[in-house]
Amino acid sequence: MGRFIVRRVIQMVLVMFAVSVLTFLIFNVIPNSDPAVRMSGRQASESTIEAIREEWGFNDSLPQQYITTMEKVITGDLKSQFTQLSVGKEIVKGLPRTFSLAIGAALLWMFVAICFGLYSAVKAGKFADRFLTIIALIGISMPVFWIGALANYYLGFKLGWFPNGGYVEFTEDPIDWFYHLILPWTVLAILFIGFYSRVLRSNVLDTINEDYVRTARAKGLGERQIMIRHVLRNSMIPIVTLWGLDFGAVLGGGAILTETVFDLQGVGQYTAEAIGQLDVPPVLAVTMFSAFFIVLLNAVVDILYAYLDPRIRLQ
Amino acid sequence: MATEPLTEQAGLQGPAAWEQEAEREHVHGLGPWRLGLRRLRRNRVAIGFGVLFVLLVLSCLAAPLWAKHVAHTTPTENHLSDTIKLDGKTTNVVGLDGVPIGPTYQGEFFLGADPNGRDIMVRLLYGGRNSLMIGVVAALMTTILSVVLGVIAGYFRGWPDLTIRSLLDIMWSFPVLILGVALGVALALGGLQLGPITIGGDSLLIPIFIIGLVYVPYMARPVRGQVLALREKEFVEAARAQGAGPLRIMFSEVVPNLASTILVFFTLLIANAVLLESALSFLGAGVRPPNPSWGTMIDEGVDRIATAPHLTIVPGLMLVLTVLSLNVFGDGVRDALDPRAKVRLEH
Repeated sequence: MGRFIVRRVIQMVLVMFAVSVLTFLIFNVIPNSDPAVRMSGRQASESTIEAIREEWGFNDSLPQQYITTMEKVITGDLKSQFTQLSVGKEIVKGLPRTFSLAIGAALLWMFVAICFGLYSAVKAGKFADRFLTIIALIGISMPVFWIGALANYYLGFKLGWFPNGGYVEFTEDPIDWFYHLILPWTVLAILFIGFYSRVLRSNVLDTINEDYVRTARAKGLGERQIMIRHVLRNSMIPIVTLWGLDFGAVLGGGAILTETVFDLQGVGQYTAEAIGQLDVPPVLAVTMFSAFFIVLLNAVVDILYAYLDPRIRLQ
Repeated sequence: MATEPLTEQAGLQGPAAWEQEAEREHVHGLGPWRLGLRRLRRNRVAIGFGVLFVLLVLSCLAAPLWAKHVAHTTPTENHLSDTIKLDGKTTNVVGLDGVPIGPTYQGEFFLGADPNGRDIMVRLLYGGRNSLMIGVVAALMTTILSVVLGVIAGYFRGWPDLTIRSLLDIMWSFPVLILGVALGVALALGGLQLGPITIGGDSLLIPIFIIGLVYVPYMARPVRGQVLALREKEFVEAARAQGAGPLRIMFSEVVPNLASTILVFFTLLIANAVLLESALSFLGAGVRPPNPSWGTMIDEGVDRIATAPHLTIVPGLMLVLTVLSLNVFGDGVRDALDPRAKVRLEH
């Protein structure tokens, strides 16, 4: 086990290095115009461009440029080109909001998807199954920001059932926090419910034909017990992996659109605003950190699996 | 089937009967494609949505006809100070308070106007051309790149496999939207220079290039897995024994067996590419105004949702219909061709 962890951690560090190099290449070396011009935004004076070229060392060799960039990212020296605020501080400030959004949505989509997927599989081929399949496909086919904007306007503003966007700190008022997040959670979850219920449905249908399910039935277990303890439990394994990664993706910036529509002021909205202004440093930082985070989560999931299933360690 | 009772009645025996038997078997021996088509035809929902998609594409292709003969305008022409007759009354296209008219359901401004007095219906059709073009070309690019990379990695194994797989793993570490946005921001100002070719920052080729690239890991990985299994099959071995080189085996033995996967992926990729285009355009890292696309139209509409909700609803509905029809159809194709295949794409 110890050896496996060491190996996995070394691999993780290597992938993180590769990820940082790729991010660096995207922003600094992509074959187009001067990176200093790009870094300084749409209307920059000659002197600003020159200052940025100096600051980022765009005249140096590529490895030196990479080191300069990484130094800025890791020491938190990165500043927005527009507000001159520290990118690191802004990200840390937005994290609790993004985390609130991600955790609630992730729990919601997992729960609803299990219900939908299981019911759909039990009723496979019947009307209920087809109906749920279409619903799931509609969920997958809607742009998050579109359905979010409509929900925010019609349910939030017009009908007044929900607050019209905004965020309240959990420590300030947990009930208001919850109330403000119901719509964002639901909207963000819709897409994933569509995916997960379909993946779970097909997993359940595969599992139902396994020998141990037949055994369970043969020894006279009730249908409910078979479905929950034997079928569902074994169908969940791939879903849980997906869940971990998707949760990481949402937390690492996948919630850009939802946060923007509901004005949650988290990391996602911060990123969205930076994109709108073509403000490179924040986008660079978020890109790199979100990939780091996913790589880290991937490693954690693998190590957990190896702990649970010894066969994996030997691969 | 009609010959069956006849044979028995006629009581044919000997070679004549065998011949008929053989003929009958010939009729029954359908290839996987014919079988798939037959199964697909039975799936009326999938066919219905497939037809819907074709209709949507055709109507977008007919955009210039509508613009010229029905709406008498162009997608970028402003009608800020124009008036239009509605039920005999003269109405401003854009009110004095800046609020554009909603759907009129007559030739001009069929679906209303935007704050610049541009005809929404015309922009919707022209925007659809851009959205669909980006979707189809990007999906084509993803497919070609993924098949080439997946086949090389799966067939040669060894170091090509290791290189390609690591590259895909690194790309996989970025959430699709973030990677798209990063490329979008990096390419927005300077465009892209590939050798002698220069692509401007507001060219439609930029979003195509971005979207075509970010989905590659999601398709190349399953393709590689299939090739790994295919290369061990007897027919590949037979081809190798006959002296066929790697290129020939890849093109005439391996790739044809990937056809159903490629087809299903291609359909679902278009759907996802159209969605990603809208998200990137919404964030300002995709199609650049004044070029219309469904994403930029929603983006322009969301700010005015309180006064002119049709600006948001109309392009969004069109987008959902398009993506949904592709998803349902792609799902049906997969069920028909290979019910056990697990194809999943992420946003």
